[in-house]
Amino acid sequence: MKITVAGEKKEYAEGLTVSKLIEFENVETPQYVTVSVNEEFVERASFDSFALKEGDEVEFLYFMGGGR
Amino acid sequence: MALTNEQLERYSRHIILKEIGVRGQKKLLESKVLIIGAGGLGAPAALYLAAAGVGTIGIVDADVVDLSNLQRQVIHTTNDIGKKKAESAAETMRAINPDITVNTYYKFVNSENISELIKDYDFIIDGTDNFPAKFLINDACVMAKKPFSHAGIIRFKGQLTTVIPGEGPCYRCIFKDPPPKDAVPTCKQAGVIGAMGGVIGSLQAMEAIKYLTGTGDLLVGYLLTYDALKMEFHKVKLPPRGKGCAVCSDTPSITKLIDYEQAVCELKH
Repeated sequence: MKITVAGEKKEYAEGLTVSKLIEFENVETPQYVTVSVNEEFVERASFDSFALKEGDEVEFLYFMGGGR
Repeated sequence: MALTNEQLERYSRHIILKEIGVRGQKKLLESKVLIIGAGGLGAPAALYLAAAGVGTIGIVDADVVDLSNLQRQVIHTTNDIGKKKAESAAETMRAINPDITVNTYYKFVNSENISELIKDYDFIIDGTDNFPAKFLINDACVMAKKPFSHAGIIRFKGQLTTVIPGEGPCYRCIFKDPPPKDAVPTCKQAGVIGAMGGVIGSLQAMEAIKYLTGTGDLLVGYLLTYDALKMEFHKVKLPPRGKGCAVCSDTPSITKLIDYEQAVCELKH
């Protein structure tokens, strides 16, 4: 299936969960990443069970604490 | 109040823009912006807002200028080392534009002082370097219904969003709580390319100017991310405001300001 990850089209096998995608995409500090699918936030507790489907748009949002 | 001949000349490149004009320039001159943190983000934001003729600009910073700041904090010079950052920033801003008033606050924001600090300002710029401050600014601005620009930078990356309480999502809608201390690296630990503050801090100034003059579309409901190594900007659309948010939903669970542990970034750096 085709999904969009951070604006980029990607091909993944059916049945992919948010947790697996985080692993495959080598997400930095995965325990603190915020994930949205089709402009809805996904609760961290459901990362393991949330199955992605064809056409989904996934975004990873990261903490950035610097500034001074 | 009519613009003087000197003001017409100084701001001529603004005035000629149909989106700004004399009307917009007068609005800027009557506006008040508070910049929290006179560092990597605050320095370029302060320079551009001063040059733009934002009539009153407040600078909040308790720190002093350090040699290691000068790689990115372009409002300070080598001669300013050891000087209070807010004072050093104010001197540069007044030198650029004697037309404006600069207020200096030699303090770090906390739950006791922030509401009083932001009270008289129209727009707030978060130029801080730690999560306790970023969550505090978010919560205080949401509670006081003050629009603000949030930003963060690290290594070769930066991001920002604009929050107008009641209109779009807040920082806490995206990130529920600060990460545990030292779980996410700071600029001191991980480094930051100096020009990143210039890119993102200038975008914060841009959002302030657009908000104050009512020009264009703001980053309300979006997180704009910038990756300098890939040279890519990416605009992430955020879910609508307040769905279950602890501070900006219609039934918030956080109604008092919180001082999170201030160890994420050391005070002196």
